[in-house]
Amino acid sequence: MFRNQYDTDVTTWSPAGRLFQVEYAMEAVKQGSAAIGLRSKTHVVLACVNKASSELSSHQKKIFKVDDHIGVAIAGLTADGRVLSRYLRNECINYSYTYESSLPVGRLVVQLADKAQVCTQRSWKRPYGVGLLVGGLDESGAHLYYNCPSGNYFEYQAFAIGSRSQAAKTYLERKFEGFMDAREDLIKDALFALRETLQGEKLTSSICTIAIVGVGEAFHILDQETVQALIDEFEIVGEEPPADEAATPDQSSDAEPGPADQGTPSDQGATPMDI
Amino acid sequence: MTKQQANWSPYDNNGGTCVAIAGANYCVIAADTRMSTGYNILTRDYSKIIQLADKSVMASSGFQADVRALQKVLAARHLIYQHQHNKQMSCPAMAQLLSNTLYYKRFFPYYAFNVLGGLDNEGKGCVFTYDAVGSYERVGYSSQGSGATLITPFLDNQLKSPSPLLLPAKDAVTPLSESEAIDLVKTCFASATERDIYTGDKVEIVILNASGIRREYMELRKD
Repeated sequence: MFRNQYDTDVTTWSPAGRLFQVEYAMEAVKQGSAAIGLRSKTHVVLACVNKASSELSSHQKKIFKVDDHIGVAIAGLTADGRVLSRYLRNECINYSYTYESSLPVGRLVVQLADKAQVCTQRSWKRPYGVGLLVGGLDESGAHLYYNCPSGNYFEYQAFAIGSRSQAAKTYLERKFEGFMDAREDLIKDALFALRETLQGEKLTSSICTIAIVGVGEAFHILDQETVQALIDEFEIVGEEPPADEAATPDQSSDAEPGPADQGTPSDQGATPMDI
Repeated sequence: MTKQQANWSPYDNNGGTCVAIAGANYCVIAADTRMSTGYNILTRDYSKIIQLADKSVMASSGFQADVRALQKVLAARHLIYQHQHNKQMSCPAMAQLLSNTLYYKRFFPYYAFNVLGGLDNEGKGCVFTYDAVGSYERVGYSSQGSGATLITPFLDNQLKSPSPLLLPAKDAVTPLSESEAIDLVKTCFASATERDIYTGDKVEIVILNASGIRREYMELRKD
């Protein structure tokens, strides 16, 4: 990408006031396979695409349970994601031990963000190359946060990260206002959003993972049969053509073959630091 | 000039008694609910039993502050285990963890006298009994706490196999049925309550078997 003289280490500013190493780390997130999060008043759903690198291998774990009330989906360097998940789990356990109650999600993401920031200000470290969608429930309701390698974090109603996430984001932007209700609808929207990132490839339960947390429902990953049943159910109910409005350029109605000609590979190309 | 002695102790004994009996496919763990200090009663309604995992239940008598701290440490360790292994800890695994946790504080021990009960990997009942610093053994039945000296001889009479050569203690599961074992436990506590001032009020009985976990209570003398 931008090969220049200010990108050798993370502690060097560019004249334009940018830290290239951090921006490169965020590129790593964009290269990872897609992860999506959406929330309603009472539930948060995390979904991700799970592509195995070959038929012989298993696919990488991208969704981690952090505690009964919090889970994360990652995109980017999964090794970094695994290590950070271990950190998040420990923080939750320690908080529970000391205060005998669940760690509020907002506190956890701040700790995570601070940990990421440290790596942007030490010459002997590198930023974590992973973006995390942290979904959880606490006393103030359901929350979805995005933590990026820069140490920034934002709260979202719905968000998507990783490759071809723009397609999912477009779908979510149209749908998010309806997210206040039923759990099943939320999962359905997650599946549709996930399908958007697949560029016409068939959505089956073997290439995706769905997890949910909600009021009275501990964080758990849905098993393959359940997911496949949901996929079948939603596809049978007419290909709920996501392409109602004319406004969006990247929808074509069929869930099945017929390569949805999504004319927009434009999920990258945004200026860095833009996430 | 005599050596200065401590004028306070970090420990207190809150009394109480715990019992556990292993069956062929069940395990009964029981403890009274009285918490005392000195000659006073602090409360008549305190549970000394905690479920650490699907198939492991621990009852502890002694200094309840240390017991509570120990329970929290084990619960946290179990969470970590679940994250790493994606499954619950087995009872024998929990038994080893408890032993290691106790020995970790060998030079400032948890003043806790524990009995761990549950189902092993084959579904048979198992009971593990401990001292304060983690020495442990799998047995067919055990009792700890202030009433142990009264209960253990009675259990020996009822449950002990005739010879350790025929059936070593750690393979002994009582041939009693689940309801017979529960009755035996109730008898133990009723008797101990008569003569041990620190045992009484109520006995909490936890029964672990293939269908899950269940709790029963029985009133005891309150004097």
